[in-house]
Amino acid sequence: MARWPEMESVILSRATRLMMPVLIVFSVFLLLRGHNAPGGGFVGGLIASTAFALLAISDSVDVARQTLRIEPRRVMGFGLLVALSAGLIGLLSGGSFFEGVWPGIKLPVIGKLGTPMLFDIGVFFVVVGFTLTVVFTLLTEED
Amino acid sequence: MFAILATLALAAFLAPSLTRWAGRRCGWILALAPGAALAYLVSRLPAVIDGETFDATVSWVPALDVSLDLRLDGLSMVFGLLITAMGVATMIYAAAYIGDDQRLGRLNATLLAFMLAMLGVVLADDVITLFVAWELTGITSYLLIGYDNHKFQARRAALQALLVTGLGGLVLLVGLTMLSWIAGTTQMSAMSAAAGSVQGSPLYGVVLAMVLVGAFTKSAQFPFHFWLPGAMAAPTPVSAFLHSATMVKAGVYLLARMQPVLGGTEAWHTTLGVVGATTMLLGAVMAFPQRDLKKILAYTTVSALGMLTMLIGIGTSAALVAAMAYVVVHALYKGPLFHVAGIIDHETGTRELSSLGGLRRTMPITAAIAAMAALSMAAVPPLLGAYAKQLVHAAEGEATAAAGYIYWTALATGIVTTSVAVMLAVLPFWRAGRETPKQPHEAPISLWLGAGLLATLALLLGPVAGTTFRPLVDAAARVAGASPSELHEETSLGLASTSHAAEPASAGALEGAADQAHADADHGAEHGEHGSGTLLKLVTIATGVLLVWRRDALLAAVAPVGGLARFGPEAVYRLSVIGLKSFSGVLTRFIQNGYLRSYIFVVLLATIVLAGYPLFSDRAPLPPLAVLDIRLYEGLIVMAMLMATLFATGTDSRLAAVVALGLIGIGVAINFMIMGGPDLAMTQLAIETLSVLLFVFILHRLPRFEHFTSLAERRRDLVLSLMVGAFFTSLVWGIATEGGESALSPYFAEHSLSEGKGHNVVNVILVDFRGLDTMGEITVLAVAALGVFGLMRLNLDKEKKNGKVA
Amino acid sequence: MVTWLAMLIGGLYAAGFYLMLRRSLIKIILGLAIFAHGANLMILAAGNPRRVDVDVKIPIVPEGAEQLLQPYADPLPQALVLTAIVIGFGLQAFTLALAKSVYDRMGVDDVDAMRDPDLTEPPTRRDAQELVSHEELDSVAPAALPGTAVGS
Repeated sequence: MARWPEMESVILSRATRLMMPVLIVFSVFLLLRGHNAPGGGFVGGLIASTAFALLAISDSVDVARQTLRIEPRRVMGFGLLVALSAGLIGLLSGGSFFEGVWPGIKLPVIGKLGTPMLFDIGVFFVVVGFTLTVVFTLLTEED
Repeated sequence: MFAILATLALAAFLAPSLTRWAGRRCGWILALAPGAALAYLVSRLPAVIDGETFDATVSWVPALDVSLDLRLDGLSMVFGLLITAMGVATMIYAAAYIGDDQRLGRLNATLLAFMLAMLGVVLADDVITLFVAWELTGITSYLLIGYDNHKFQARRAALQALLVTGLGGLVLLVGLTMLSWIAGTTQMSAMSAAAGSVQGSPLYGVVLAMVLVGAFTKSAQFPFHFWLPGAMAAPTPVSAFLHSATMVKAGVYLLARMQPVLGGTEAWHTTLGVVGATTMLLGAVMAFPQRDLKKILAYTTVSALGMLTMLIGIGTSAALVAAMAYVVVHALYKGPLFHVAGIIDHETGTRELSSLGGLRRTMPITAAIAAMAALSMAAVPPLLGAYAKQLVHAAEGEATAAAGYIYWTALATGIVTTSVAVMLAVLPFWRAGRETPKQPHEAPISLWLGAGLLATLALLLGPVAGTTFRPLVDAAARVAGASPSELHEETSLGLASTSHAAEPASAGALEGAADQAHADADHGAEHGEHGSGTLLKLVTIATGVLLVWRRDALLAAVAPVGGLARFGPEAVYRLSVIGLKSFSGVLTRFIQNGYLRSYIFVVLLATIVLAGYPLFSDRAPLPPLAVLDIRLYEGLIVMAMLMATLFATGTDSRLAAVVALGLIGIGVAINFMIMGGPDLAMTQLAIETLSVLLFVFILHRLPRFEHFTSLAERRRDLVLSLMVGAFFTSLVWGIATEGGESALSPYFAEHSLSEGKGHNVVNVILVDFRGLDTMGEITVLAVAALGVFGLMRLNLDKEKKNGKVA
Repeated sequence: MVTWLAMLIGGLYAAGFYLMLRRSLIKIILGLAIFAHGANLMILAAGNPRRVDVDVKIPIVPEGAEQLLQPYADPLPQALVLTAIVIGFGLQAFTLALAKSVYDRMGVDDVDAMRDPDLTEPPTRRDAQELVSHEELDSVAPAALPGTAVGS
């Protein structure tokens, strides 16, 4: 089921397994620093999904699904909820919808914490969910 | 005032459930809503007659300076009283007439909604409010005319009425918008102050024409008159309400309302006089050969509306008073006559004039009501109709434009109208009995009460018209532009003559008194002499009766001319509807032909024309392309990308095309980097990886590239494509040499750190400044993913099922 | 550079347009992708015209500064294009799924042949492939399609 046609490669498989943690950590790094340096939820999400897409190619879609553990569509929904809640926090704390709220906490590398950061995390998950839904669905062979 | 509108709205909302609960008696309950509105208006009546106005305002669209302004003055009062009084009668009548039909609830709700809209029209002071209410009457009347929606005839008539009045309404909107722009206000009460500048404006003719088209379509003036007889497909209660007293008078109302602003010019006098007089005569003449009672009534209504238009066109104080008086009188006789037609239909099962006769024995009350109404219609004293008619006669003599035309058409109309009144009130009741589908018997009180009250009102008001009826009419006429001093003179004359007439209380003496008033009002105008007036009236009535007596012979003689109707305005309407349909069919097949390439072609062509025109027309020619102004590595990248593009376009190998596409993507990422967009470059690279992955996988499952088109077609497309490419090159080049600074970007550049608390401005825009947009974008992504999932999963399920079956 | 960029954008538009005029669904999708590249580049170039020829600074506020330092690359078109890239990928994925789905059901890649009403019914790809080979299609399709000449 779901093998990359005529391209079974042990090397690719091994390399992917080594690369995956690196890619995922890198994607989270891109996400978190995105507010102050190149990066952000879109790029981070794409890099993270590339990691799983590589796994789907080198091994199989099923292996990639199992490694992700969560159904990608749920990831997408979760991301949408997080992004929406970031907007709602602005509304509920007396401002308008999607008005930024900054509690005043500052961390190294990431910078100040606030609802835009939360929103970016939502974007991250939507992009991951979207990309993997598409990749897994299209790469799944029906025969 | 908002309270009465709210009451009607609430009643309309509750009507369906109330109808279900109360059944046939619902009419009596629902009549309370217009009844309450009527009571309110009556309570304000003395003050309004004294010239007071009542205003109410709610802010609506403050940005456009549009507010929901209501204003109750004399003019609104006259129409408001008609609407609410007829409304009460209609609600009682409708429930009894329709009976236990399941759709009665819907009819009641629509009728009440229509009343609301109609009151909105006459109470509105703001032109936008007026227009909205105006269109609401059109929509609700569409629903009402099409009540019998299982009948093709009803649906067609409803659509016809909607299209004619709706198109007129659109023209009116343009006219009113231009008018308020010229006058500098949307308030009609404030517009008359600007009448001078409006009439001096070069756009006056256009505004006038547009407002007139709106009023003429609504009030069924020639050549738009044909929808009204068609609208008789509506149930009789609806016809009685909409097509006698209210909706068709909306156009007349608008003309009266606009008279102080737009009136008084040669164009106004001539257009309204000629159109009104033509409609008046045409309606009367066309009523004569009709066989259906309701059709007869419809054409006489057209005729009456023509007369009203003509009177407003004459525009003198006397004419305006006559118009206002006739508005009321017409409603008081036409409403009852419609009700009578409905009763006859209801009780005998037919409305064919030829199958009716002898009904006075079985339906005495109905016969009496019909007689009273018809006498008022034929202007026989002492009914109110006679009083109004003498005012009309006096006014006709004052016409300055098209005076001769007006005189003769009015004379002819008078004769035919008398005949029609005889046909309506005499033939069904007084001639020998005939067989009808149902055994006729007298109608229940709920059917005749409203008509009886209205007809009696006309009888009671007649002798005392000068003291009771006239002040209200004067108040309305003053709003429509009649001068108070002339009115005062008129009123005293009217008072003198009617008080003089009231004493002897005999018809003959009254006649004399009426003619006295007539002559006085005429100030000795050419045809207004004492004796000849009476003689003329007698001759008119005699000729009218003679026409009915010899009707069959007359109709047979003119029958060949009837074929001309096929070339009338209705034929124009029908042909234009058919033409529009087939034109849109052709257009749709041409534009939406289902070929993607023709859509793309049209879109790009439009882009090129729309963007190319300003780019190349109105400015200096573009500077030549600075080909040498480039660094080596940049040039190499562009060259590589162009070659990859060429390769991707031309290759027959699927894999090669995808590789070339990937190269283009990477080149684009490098370009992003050169242009200072690290975020973009990273995103592009990540996307390109995934994109190539998907392409390779999907293409593997699809057939090899094939050429479906001929070489000639490909050459033609190539030329087209190169032209498109050349255009976009010059577009970018044009923009680049034009320069210009973004007005928006400096804001983001300055406020990103201070307000967005982020150094990466692109990211701050995405997640903070334009966060809502990004929310929309990720939602689109989610939808796209679900779309892909759905498409593939659907396929899978289907194949599984088929596999099992196989 | 702007000169060359303008020519590159023109080339991408021309190629994209040419491919979208094809009858093969796959070529149309390829054309769409190339078209999107051209559009993205144009938005960036048009929104940022003057600065393409100078060495622009990336739109990131340097440490210690309060706002972007001149000359900076315009951040607004970048934000627009960034989402456009991702959305474009979504569109591409969707059209690819559509193409595959259509091919699985009808067994054809020719958008004109898809208009043949006889082809909308075959439920499986295997059936469709048995029913109509491409040679048959080429001979049958034009006659079966009313108005094929329009815009083709």
